[in-house]
Amino acid sequence: MDASPQMPTLSKVPRILNERETKIVASDVNVYYGEKQAIKNLSIDIPDRAVSAFIGPSGCGKSTFLRTINRMNDTIDGCRVTGDILVDGKNIYDRDLDVVQLRARVGMVFQKPNPFPKSIFENVAYGPRIHGIAKSKADLEEIVVNSLKKASLFEEVKDRLDHSGTSLSGGQQQRLCIARAIAVNPEIILMDEPCSALDPIASARIEELIDEIRQNYCIIIVTHSMQQAARVSQLTAFFHLGDLVEFGDTDEMFTTPKDKRTQDYITGRFG
Amino acid sequence: MTSWTLLIIAALTATGFFVGQAKAQGLRNAGTASLHSLPAYHGLLMASMALAAAGITTLAVAAIAGPNSLVMPAAAALLGTGAIAASYRIITRDFRARNRFEFFVMLVLIACSAVAVLTTVGIVFSVLFESLAFFSEVSPIEFLFGTHWAPTSTPPSFGLIPLLAGTLLITFIAIVVAGPLGLLSAIYMAEYSSRKMRGVLKPMLEILAGVPTVVLGFFAALTVAPLVRNAGESLGLNVASESALAAGLVMGMMIVPLISSLSDDIINAVPQALRDGSYAMGATKSETIKRVVLPAALPGIVSAFMLAISRAIGETMIVVMAAGLAANLTFNPLAAVTTITVQIATLLVGDQEFDSAKTLSAFALGFVLFCFTLVLNYIALRIVQRYREQYD
Amino acid sequence: MTDTFDKGNAAFIAKRYASERRFKAYGAVALAVSVLFLVYLIVDIGIKAWPSFFEHRVVLEVNLDASKIPADEVLKGDFEGLVRGSLRSLFPRVTTRGDVRSLTSLLSAGAADDLRQDTAANPASIGTTVRAGALLGDDSDLYLKGMLTTTLRMPGTTNLQLAQSGEEFILTGDLSQLAVGQIVRANGGALRITGVEAGLAKAEAILPPATLNSLTPGTWDILSFSRAEADRRIDDRQVVLLEALRDKGVIEKHFAWRFFTSGDSREPELAGLRGAIFGSLLTLIMTLSLSVPLGIAAAVYLEEFAAKNKWTEIIEVNINNLAAVPSIIFGLLGLAVFINFFGLPRSAPLVGGLVLALLVLPTIIIASRAALKAVPPSIKEAALGVGASHQQAVFHHVLPLAVPGILTGTILGVARALGETAPLLMIGMVAFIVDVPKGFTEAATVLPVQIFLWSDLPEIAFQSRTAAAIIVLLVILFGLNAAAIYMRKRFERRW
Repeated sequence: MDASPQMPTLSKVPRILNERETKIVASDVNVYYGEKQAIKNLSIDIPDRAVSAFIGPSGCGKSTFLRTINRMNDTIDGCRVTGDILVDGKNIYDRDLDVVQLRARVGMVFQKPNPFPKSIFENVAYGPRIHGIAKSKADLEEIVVNSLKKASLFEEVKDRLDHSGTSLSGGQQQRLCIARAIAVNPEIILMDEPCSALDPIASARIEELIDEIRQNYCIIIVTHSMQQAARVSQLTAFFHLGDLVEFGDTDEMFTTPKDKRTQDYITGRFG
Repeated sequence: MTSWTLLIIAALTATGFFVGQAKAQGLRNAGTASLHSLPAYHGLLMASMALAAAGITTLAVAAIAGPNSLVMPAAAALLGTGAIAASYRIITRDFRARNRFEFFVMLVLIACSAVAVLTTVGIVFSVLFESLAFFSEVSPIEFLFGTHWAPTSTPPSFGLIPLLAGTLLITFIAIVVAGPLGLLSAIYMAEYSSRKMRGVLKPMLEILAGVPTVVLGFFAALTVAPLVRNAGESLGLNVASESALAAGLVMGMMIVPLISSLSDDIINAVPQALRDGSYAMGATKSETIKRVVLPAALPGIVSAFMLAISRAIGETMIVVMAAGLAANLTFNPLAAVTTITVQIATLLVGDQEFDSAKTLSAFALGFVLFCFTLVLNYIALRIVQRYREQYD
Repeated sequence: MTDTFDKGNAAFIAKRYASERRFKAYGAVALAVSVLFLVYLIVDIGIKAWPSFFEHRVVLEVNLDASKIPADEVLKGDFEGLVRGSLRSLFPRVTTRGDVRSLTSLLSAGAADDLRQDTAANPASIGTTVRAGALLGDDSDLYLKGMLTTTLRMPGTTNLQLAQSGEEFILTGDLSQLAVGQIVRANGGALRITGVEAGLAKAEAILPPATLNSLTPGTWDILSFSRAEADRRIDDRQVVLLEALRDKGVIEKHFAWRFFTSGDSREPELAGLRGAIFGSLLTLIMTLSLSVPLGIAAAVYLEEFAAKNKWTEIIEVNINNLAAVPSIIFGLLGLAVFINFFGLPRSAPLVGGLVLALLVLPTIIIASRAALKAVPPSIKEAALGVGASHQQAVFHHVLPLAVPGILTGTILGVARALGETAPLLMIGMVAFIVDVPKGFTEAATVLPVQIFLWSDLPEIAFQSRTAAAIIVLLVILFGLNAAAIYMRKRFERRW
């Protein structure tokens, strides 16, 4: 396999990739659902300590690609992945890789908030518990409180940590899910349209939150909203029909897109 | 006379249909303006009028004069014809035959759905009345708290406690067997097995569920009981040939498919998003199941167990064939015990006289059984309903 | 590079994976136990049942003596006598009363039935000699199937001298082959060894030998048994006679069609399922003709027309509860209401069918409702859109599309009704019934009840018959289930 990935429609390396370490390197990735090919020959570099946004019309493969990064697509029958995805230089599709440990490093936040039907505390404590991260009860409590604080939810729920996670509002639930992901101390956080089920105010809070934590994580967000991509991300990748059409620094991408399809999509001609 | 009457009613119904349709068709052919309803509806309405008139008359006459009276077919014919004649006159162009007929159909549908309620009412009353007759002879206190059951001895004694103990002992053994087996099977099928394997395993469990209990009873009595006995004797234990253990084991196997299929449904109803959330945290499959899926499915699983208990309590054939008749008050699974259902079956098979306390006691036992299972079923169904609403 | 992936410590991870494997194994074991139980059940009953599908007959030359058979009433002829006479003619030396009784006891009480029927169907054969198969009794049959004792035959390879003193026979010579309890067959008779001492063996006659000639190798043989005479249902004399018949080559093994074509009987070898099968059929017809229309109508009302109010809710709760009421309670209902209150006949398919109809009604309603619910509302809306009335939309469009689902549910309901026993015990369908029921109000029995009744009988042969009846019932039920699965696959429609 060629060490340097092929860059689609890329005249120069995005600025952000020079400023930050590269966290994820994907090269020649193909994903199939049975006979159908959902991702075609995709190669991309993703920077650490920054937010990368995947945009594109529905069914373009952006969520599918997101799920290959923590191998959530393993749970789907008939899904097949070829090519390499390196996280810190380690191929996560290697036979000897332990998915469980991978996912401890690559957290995920889903489209619809999916808190477990347990207390708020238990929701956040779940990850540290199963991974044996907390050494003591006090340790665990500290992790939970810190995670909730990082997800800027703590102030709202500190008096009712024993209430069910499902009793929260949609936006709070989503922040709880972010806290839950953070609690395992991941390096990468994948967000699959985290605001699509939320109202604008709750969405804004999530965006603020992403902005606050981006210094510490490699964050990838799939979004339908171009404004959101423009607001929160430093790197943007545009997907179309399973192809990665273009990726680059967000500011440049939205002002001077190079590909005709990107331009059409950004200006709202389709999608 | 019954068959003649039925024949007359059928003939009148058919006549009604053709006469009504013909008249409407005539109007349609003759007139310029169109009919409100299709001719067939006029026919159907007239047919149902004839059927209703003749049918009700027949039932009324049968109730008054008995089913062999000559009046029955005569009255049916008379009123049926009358109904046809009367409705013949009201067929006009604007007559809303369809609406009337649909009203009639609706009445029939409502009546049909009321049968289920009538059945329950029938059960309650039949069991209740005979039980009351029984309690006029034997005091309820003695029945409910007596520790000696011997309905055929003189003087008879009707103490429920040994039967209740036997029933609960066998049910307990059954649940101890079926609970883990059924639940773990369901988990394996829902979470681990491939689609293909599931396609084989699920029908297997359905077959097990479809095996009649009389077959399981035969198997329990002739194969399992001797096995249990020999196994016990080789360990130096004294095992009754009709031990509670043998009946309980087989009853447990009967319940496995019930628990597994209910649990399977309930586990499948847990949203995939919850599993994804757990997997994304790096949880293994079993951690996800034990800490997320099962707690989420708990109410449903509890109700599955309750339905299983109710099923075990009410099961008859396995215990009739494999458990004993002697009402021993014991909790030793190797001893022979008897159950409520065994006693009902034994007391009522053969000729019965409805005035003896012995026969009536079977209905009192039935009443206890009905109350027990009703409460269990009702609570279980309510829990399931709430659970469904939670995830819908 | 792998070390960067080790988040927790390796031992902890290993423990987690071990627990994962253990948990998965529990599930697999649980499923395996359930499946193995089913397999064991079917194999065990199958093995018990297998012998019952075959019967043994002795083929006899019977002279249909016209003097024993009234020409106008052939069926009243003394065929038993003729068959027995013919059997006796095979053993001219069996003369004592005890021996003759032993010989005729080998035959079934219905040994001459086949011959009687054949002769009645073909009266021209009267006066001629015909070959007729006479059914053997259950004990003979079981013996020939090897279910009473295993019999070992050893050819005699030594020289023996035979002498008689009073009732006792003395064997001398090379006694190395002999042991107590064995039967020596020689000189046209059979001797049971009662004692072996130094140089001589004592024996008693089972069938007296014709001569006292010395026994040379090849002229005699020994029968030995895995079970002593006292422990089996057939005595040595009968065994010797049966073995003699077997040696003559007149015993034939046939498939037991009788098991399907005859009614119940006190004699296991004559007992069949015909009455029970017809009883089940009548009962099911009654059940279906009531529960299917009622069930579908109720389902249509509840799913398509009923307003969501208190009354509907009561009905729904009711149906769900009714589906879980123990079946024996339905039997109590049948006994108290249909038989005691309405005075309908006991043991009749009419009452059985009524009770079973009420029993399966909830199943059919629930299945039909599910099938109706699966039809997308767009279909109904389309019909309403072109001006159909609500009822027309339901009966012309929704209901036909739900038929496969309803049918599947109905088949499963039938399967349940067919295997149900307890409520039928309550309404007295436990009578001993030989004839096929002629109508819905005549006493009848059904398959599962027949199984219950036979399982209670002490004869070993009935155990096997019971198992065979179970196999018949299971085959019918599996057939019904397979039909339901096929229907579901064939007509399954994804919207």
